[in-house]
Amino acid sequence: MNWQAITDMLPLLAEGAGLTLQLLFLSGFLGLCLAVPVAIARLSKTWWINILPRTYVFLFRGTPLLVQLFLIYYGLGQFEAVRESIFWIVLKEAYWCAVITFTLHTGAYISEILRGAIQTVPVGEVEAARAVGMSHRQVYTRILLPRAFRIALPAYGNEIILMLKASALASTITLLDITGMARTVYAKNYLPMESFLTAGAFYLVLTYGLTLFIRYLEHRLHADRKEPVVIIG
Amino acid sequence: MAENDTHLLNVEGIHKRFGGQDVLKGISVKAKRGDVISILGSSGSGKSTFLRCINYLEYPDQGRVVVDGEEILTKTGKGGMLVPADQKQLARLRARIGFVFQSFNLWPHLNVLENIIEAPMQVLKLSKKDAIERAETLLDRVGLADHRNHYPSHLSGGQQQRAAIARTLAMEPDVILFDEPTSALDPELVNEVLNVIGSLAEEGRTMLIVTHEMGFAREVSNQTMFLHEGKVEEQGSPDKMFNNADSERVRTFMASHIH
Ligand SMILES: Nc1ncnc2c1ncn2[C@@H]1O[C@H](COP(=O)(O)OP(=O)(O)O)[C@@H](O)[C@H]1O
Ligand SMILES: [Mg+2]
Repeated sequence: MNWQAITDMLPLLAEGAGLTLQLLFLSGFLGLCLAVPVAIARLSKTWWINILPRTYVFLFRGTPLLVQLFLIYYGLGQFEAVRESIFWIVLKEAYWCAVITFTLHTGAYISEILRGAIQTVPVGEVEAARAVGMSHRQVYTRILLPRAFRIALPAYGNEIILMLKASALASTITLLDITGMARTVYAKNYLPMESFLTAGAFYLVLTYGLTLFIRYLEHRLHADRKEPVVIIG
Repeated sequence: MAENDTHLLNVEGIHKRFGGQDVLKGISVKAKRGDVISILGSSGSGKSTFLRCINYLEYPDQGRVVVDGEEILTKTGKGGMLVPADQKQLARLRARIGFVFQSFNLWPHLNVLENIIEAPMQVLKLSKKDAIERAETLLDRVGLADHRNHYPSHLSGGQQQRAAIARTLAMEPDVILFDEPTSALDPELVNEVLNVIGSLAEEGRTMLIVTHEMGFAREVSNQTMFLHEGKVEEQGSPDKMFNNADSERVRTFMASHIH
């Protein structure tokens, strides 16, 4: 094992980790924002409300992320109309194509997680909210969604960790994330073991950090599982 | 609607079908201010469904509900069911009808105080300060002042039900519907809840109570109705109902429920 080579590549991989995390947090957050309305619309019993989100989830869960990435990065540029539209400013950038693809991809999964969580909220809690005169919107914003987020958190955390590893695909569209950096390093030093082992170690550390963060969030949000604070006096 | 002027709650001819089964076959009840009406009957007779139709947690197939002279507006929906025609009006009237569930249904992500101030703030638009003030009085009243920061999962069933009653009272409803409020409780916790409900009766609250606690029903109510297979089997004063009901069925029921 060439330890010197490993030490030399650390700064580059750290830079790559910055990009990986950026892609992950941006798409994780935007995906969540997208997932909320998608999950709610999917729960609608009206077919013309749930047909669009249903189709979206079907398409993005049913095809590989790599194919989606290529379609958006390479595919869209094929159309002159796209190249001449204002969207091209964004779509010609590999970075934004990755953010968009990851967002759409993870958003489909998160919406399914949320939909399941919303359905898990006991109906009695919703009836209690209706019975005191809450509107549909209030039932969602005050009871159903806060409850669903708590229920969904472990699964959401899991999805973020899966996305962390899937984000390595960004390297296939020229981005220098952890994997992208490892590939450039390897192209120069011809040390595949050292290069990709170090990359793997970076992912491990990030996964571990994320796990701890999610556990902390769970602890914070599940105040109801902690021992009660006893107020004296 | 002068005829309704003296009635705070007027429920007329409620019919409800589940699948092919007629669960309610035309049930009516009228409550004046201060009336405490016990609804009795064996399991499956339609007591819960009737209460739930009153605030439209369940949509009846026929009938009408008038709260203090204002009828809940409905239109005919799919399958002939009556559906609310005006969600805003329904929400406004629901806020005036308290509902206490057998299974408490507190919101588990909120502590006791938050459970109580939630609806006054969201629905009645009370300021947080006013809502807390109101909640504190109620917490004292139901004996949970020391538990205001506890989450429902850390409370006993009796405490949860008392918190749920406080949550309902915080809306200052005109009528309160109780659906077997003590049936989910361990026997030793029943009385703490009955005492709270009893004290509400004493201060002249208008209430409909579905219960299997016969002694309690007899004590607090001024009217009783007995449901059987979705119909009113008998209706009248507690005295008559418990001591010499006309219906053989009611007498048998009483004999097996009063020990
Ligand atoms: N959501 C429902 N779907 C189908 N049947 C129901 C539903 N709710 C109640 N029922 C039926 O209606 C009848 C009356 O139920 P319920 O009102 O709960 O009676 P009670 O409260 O007097 O025990 C029962 O036969 C029950 O099975
Ligand atoms: Mg019942």
